[in-house]
Amino acid sequence: MLEISNLHVQLEEEDKKILKGVNLFLEAGKVHAIMGPNGSGKSTLSYVLSGKDGYQVTDGSAHLEGKDLLDMKPEERAAAGLFLAFQYPVEIPGVGNMTFLRTAVNSQRKLRGESEMTAGEFLKEIRAKAKDLKIDAEMLKRPVNVGFSGGEKKRNEILQMAMLEPKMCILDETDSGLDVDAMKLVAQGVNALRDEKRTFLVITHYQRLLDHIKPDLVHIMANGSIIKTGGPELALEVENNGYAELLGERA
Amino acid sequence: MDNVLVKDGVDAETVEAVKVLSGTYKYGWDTDIEMEYAPKGLSEDIVRLISSKNDEPEWMLDWRLAAYRRWLNLKVPEWAMVDYPKIDFQDQYYYARPKSMEKKPESLDDVDPKLLETYKKLGIPLKEQALLAGVEAPEGERKVAVDAVFDSVSVGTTFQKELMEAGVIFCSISEAIKDHPELIRKYLGTVVPVSDNYYATLNSAVFSDGSFVYIPPGVRCPMELSTYFRINAENTGQFERTLIIADKDSYVSYLEGCTAPKRDVAQLHAAVVELVLLDDAEIKYSTVQNWFPGDENGKGGIYNFVTKRADCRGKRSKVMWTQVETGSAVTWKYPSCILRGSESQGEFYSIAIANNMQQADTGTKMIHLGKNTKSRIVSKGISAGKAQNTYRGLVSMHPKAKHSRNYTQCDSLLIGDKCGAHTVPYIEVKNNSSRVEHEATTSKVDDDQLFYCRSRGMGEEDAVALVVNGFCKEVLQALPMEFAMEAQQLVAISLEGSVG
Repeated sequence: MLEISNLHVQLEEEDKKILKGVNLFLEAGKVHAIMGPNGSGKSTLSYVLSGKDGYQVTDGSAHLEGKDLLDMKPEERAAAGLFLAFQYPVEIPGVGNMTFLRTAVNSQRKLRGESEMTAGEFLKEIRAKAKDLKIDAEMLKRPVNVGFSGGEKKRNEILQMAMLEPKMCILDETDSGLDVDAMKLVAQGVNALRDEKRTFLVITHYQRLLDHIKPDLVHIMANGSIIKTGGPELALEVENNGYAELLGERA
Repeated sequence: MDNVLVKDGVDAETVEAVKVLSGTYKYGWDTDIEMEYAPKGLSEDIVRLISSKNDEPEWMLDWRLAAYRRWLNLKVPEWAMVDYPKIDFQDQYYYARPKSMEKKPESLDDVDPKLLETYKKLGIPLKEQALLAGVEAPEGERKVAVDAVFDSVSVGTTFQKELMEAGVIFCSISEAIKDHPELIRKYLGTVVPVSDNYYATLNSAVFSDGSFVYIPPGVRCPMELSTYFRINAENTGQFERTLIIADKDSYVSYLEGCTAPKRDVAQLHAAVVELVLLDDAEIKYSTVQNWFPGDENGKGGIYNFVTKRADCRGKRSKVMWTQVETGSAVTWKYPSCILRGSESQGEFYSIAIANNMQQADTGTKMIHLGKNTKSRIVSKGISAGKAQNTYRGLVSMHPKAKHSRNYTQCDSLLIGDKCGAHTVPYIEVKNNSSRVEHEATTSKVDDDQLFYCRSRGMGEEDAVALVVNGFCKEVLQALPMEFAMEAQQLVAISLEGSVG
């Protein structure tokens, strides 16, 4: 599904290298987790994959189903099936949540040359999906993320994911700022979307999210590269011993 | 819920419309039609000529001549934050009418097909049907009456008969001067006096046509009224005059639209609009101003110097100005409210967009004279390219305006780093029981917002349109539905090329 090889990235504005040769191969239907200490480059990886400005790729490549991701505009990546659930979802005053989502869904469909979703179809689908995530009609009407609580913002990201039906989902610290109940709800939403054609890359600091979203593989990222890959037990190891040991091991 | 759904659909259609309309200014074409011009330049003879073309009574000509003589001694106002070459008032035509309009057509069927075709192309069919701007009325049977003004003359007014049955007079002002002299003499120039300002005085001397509305006591106008202004002729100024009188306990919603062809040489437009409101009357006046803004280098475009004012003479009367200003090379416009009657209310909702080399200096004046009067100002200024956008507003609480209130919210949005936004609020309070609130913000279109939209699949310009429409939401919501759609599309179109 997603193949990242030898990816080197630095900030455009200053000569600061952030990713120093990331290699990842994500198969369809799998859930991969990336863990790592602050500043290891996890969020940068998610931004570079989704096409945010401000980063310069100096070497390496990233392909989604064989298509060169780095050569595409952010909207083209989205239409190709890439989705990033933001760590800090952005507020857009005055734009209704539902308007935003419908515009997004139909923009992607147009880019893919598909017919647009009618207002009726869209409404039926969003209502059903919102209900599963305990998002009420009022929250759908409110402006995008404006005045949403931390939990509401994250659930809203998952709702967008459910509506856009991407193939490759990146969740950037979706558990940050969530209480246990909210985290469970978000995890349920993610688990409901798991199937053999959809791949997840879950970025997190903590093992606890992985109790609810069971990963197939866990990668440890430090100082701009993947330093260790293992099964779910690797996450437990980090939880118990911290990163220091792993980092030391490598040194 | 239903209401929200309609708005929801509107936004989606906006984005769609942006894609379909890939050109920039879509009304930039002209109509090839045989015209009759008054000689170039301005003199007493020209004023006499305009008056005689309109077959006016003596008192009207005297009124015009007095204005002309006053104008000769006035100086061009220079306090606004706009910069443009000096206008040569002798190098303009002050009167241009299609030859076919020499004899006013008896009915719309007799109007020159070329003119009908022009309005059809603009999306303003001059047929009596429930459509405006090619947009299907959401409530099914919604009718809009249109007065169509082409250069210096009104070519036709629809639904006059049906309106007359309700007692509503809707006609061109040239007809009103002949047919309803008692109303004209009683009200014309009483809101914007001849002596008001340079451009209002000029307008008083040379206005050639415009619209007239009278709503009798207790009548709720059965349909929306609108005037569509089109400048077509070259080197010709348009000077129109609109007078709306809402008698006691009446209501009317009036829409105004304007476009002009793309031309290399700037053209002058100086209009005067007067609204009179008696006890318990209400007027909603909405404008979508889409004059040619000039090209991206600032060549051509309309110089728009407009005086609009409402006089809330009656108790509990209420006026609402809503404007979407996207066009014109230079805009100088301050629709104002005189809140004379006690408990009268004035509202001003404005979106002003300036892109490329456009300059806009616009705002409002809320003059509180009566007690317990209320006003509300919501201004959204958007600047892109190298444009300069100024909000200029006055809130004045007079000594007798006890317990009056004003709320002003003034937001500016910048796109790119070569444009400017300026806010110039003047506040005068001469009593101690009134309250004035002013809030102002300036922000840039946030890269994070754009990236968020794009990561969900929207193109860059669609993303800007969505964010800007969100920024303008409060004002867009104040517009009648048909105009809200048009305005949303306009917002998107006028910002084309502002990113990337």
